[in-house]
Amino acid sequence: MSTTSTLWLLWAVSTAAGAAVLLAGMVCGGGVRAHLLIGKTTSGHHQIELACEACHSKPFGGGGVLQAACLRCHAEELKQAKDTHPAKKFTDPRNADRLAKLDATQCVTCHREHKPEITHAMGVTLPTDYCALCHSDIGTERPSHAGLAFDTCASAGCHNYHDNRALYEDFLTKHTHDPDLKPKAIAKLRVAVNEPAEKRKPLGRADADAPPAKLGDAAAVEAWLATEHAKAGVNCSGCHAPKKAEAASPEPIWIEKPGPAVCATCHAHEVKTFAQGKHGMRLAANLASSRAGLLGLFKEQPLAPMRPELARLPMSKAAHGHDLGCTSCHGAHKFDAVTAQVDGCLGCHADEHSKAYLGSPHHKLWQAERAGSGPQGSGVSCATCHMPRQPIEDENGLDRVLANHNQNDNLRPSEKMIRSVCADCHGLGFTLDSLADAALVRRSFSGRATVRVQSIDWALKRLQAQRRATQ
Amino acid sequence: MPSMPSLSSKPAKPLTLACAAGAMVLLTGAKGLEPKDVADMLHAVMSADRTVYTKQVVNRLTLKEKVITASEHFEDNKALPLPAQMFRFGAELAAEQSKKFSYSLLSLWPVNKQNAPRTDAEKKGLEFVAANKGQNFYTEEKLGNQRYFTAVYADTAVAQACVTCHNDHKDSPRRDFKMNDVLGGVVIRIPITE
Repeated sequence: MSTTSTLWLLWAVSTAAGAAVLLAGMVCGGGVRAHLLIGKTTSGHHQIELACEACHSKPFGGGGVLQAACLRCHAEELKQAKDTHPAKKFTDPRNADRLAKLDATQCVTCHREHKPEITHAMGVTLPTDYCALCHSDIGTERPSHAGLAFDTCASAGCHNYHDNRALYEDFLTKHTHDPDLKPKAIAKLRVAVNEPAEKRKPLGRADADAPPAKLGDAAAVEAWLATEHAKAGVNCSGCHAPKKAEAASPEPIWIEKPGPAVCATCHAHEVKTFAQGKHGMRLAANLASSRAGLLGLFKEQPLAPMRPELARLPMSKAAHGHDLGCTSCHGAHKFDAVTAQVDGCLGCHADEHSKAYLGSPHHKLWQAERAGSGPQGSGVSCATCHMPRQPIEDENGLDRVLANHNQNDNLRPSEKMIRSVCADCHGLGFTLDSLADAALVRRSFSGRATVRVQSIDWALKRLQAQRRATQ
Repeated sequence: MPSMPSLSSKPAKPLTLACAAGAMVLLTGAKGLEPKDVADMLHAVMSADRTVYTKQVVNRLTLKEKVITASEHFEDNKALPLPAQMFRFGAELAAEQSKKFSYSLLSLWPVNKQNAPRTDAEKKGLEFVAANKGQNFYTEEKLGNQRYFTAVYADTAVAQACVTCHNDHKDSPRRDFKMNDVLGGVVIRIPITE
């Protein structure tokens, strides 16, 4: 074989081998996948960027496949947010001209992934004048809006594209005279209906049903005895050997470190929302960085739990290397909800806002409640705002007040927090101004807002003008 | 008016629509229905449901028995949805089930500005039904790349609740409505082939 032929053969074989590696990485996953990303992902998705199938559920899927993927994770929250621009509003043929300018029926029209160079706040990849495409004549209906800059609609604390539950005109005027701080500033508390319907006998030391070798861990037993678990009749085997009833003895089925799946047996809503939020999204069902295939060459590899060092927010170095699960914040055996609400957070989060919490007015209220000088529910922990208790309808149609562990439900845009959190204690005007003041947010709300959101004033002025016109 | 095109022969997806279409074919001797007939039939159902909700639910409970109010922010205010919202919610649900037709409630004097006419056919139709009581308006129009048979029907104040709300609402551009006045119109569109 001539040298030329050898070189051609070598080129062909190496090209084919390279293509095979790349194709295998795309389809089956593995280490090569990280190098195949076509652009940096958004902060919302970076944790699951190696589980390509989460969005690209079919290899050659087009817009429909991506749209279905978006809705698999986000449809429920859009519904809860009373989405002001749902796709169903735009399917009427009378909107054909609007859709030609901006196809508002597809999520990817505004939110394109892997495009860091054009990604703005909230993962929006459109130029920031998108509101004007349909609402350019707003100044004729609302003179207060004439001449406003095209990019201020969604950046000045006045409007959001999806969630306007606390921003619509009648809500603004209804809360015109809210005080800055409400007379009864109490966050939502647990309610009696949260208790299990089937009352079980509280357990004592002699009731602990762990294998003898495990009972030697006195600290664990003492911690368990002090918990609501022991008081509610949840024994060692409840978490460590949940399939005890199916086994002759607990040893073979003993789980040394039960994971969220076991916690979900009793705390289904908490675990479900944990897997929807930043802490647990990598543990959501069917997310894998590698799929079994190619005659066993690739194994199924679910995404590993989130670790603080993988976050894009500043995290404490001391926390690096720890897998995030339920016990990361709640602590195994102790399951101390108080620790989880502040210390659990500050053990990892080291950004300016988090660090400024200590000593802030909210923190002082928290300390006062813990010391017994403040009424129950008057303290404001990290979790009060970021994992608030919310009414959740159970299977019997009754509301249970449960902590929402999906902080995304309540995080950005920050106006999402108004009704679910801020309104428990603060008036609307005070809240709008405070949330719009970025420096105040960084200081964890120490001090007063120096920003004034005009929306309540304008809504009130318009209402007064309408009343005058009809008198 | 141009001649009426026939409906596409493709079966509708939802079971109810398929049954309705089947019944229509039987009734008309398998010739297929004209879009005008289908629009008239759809409107008969819409109008009946809308009248029942307005009279038997909203008007009775808000004005006669005074046990609850009706509000566009019905969840926040623990109130009844307004009849116009009820109609829109139905239209949106129907649109999710079938692409064979669409409908909306519009007005020359809309409380919600998004319900003002946007196409020439809508404007002409709403003006026609307001000026010619008892008559409907039929036409064809092209929106995007699709041609539609478009019908417009008068929507009248069938109960005092309609009059009160439209005259008192802060965003209402007209405040002199009386019982049985035309408040707006129902627009029904059926996609047709060229």
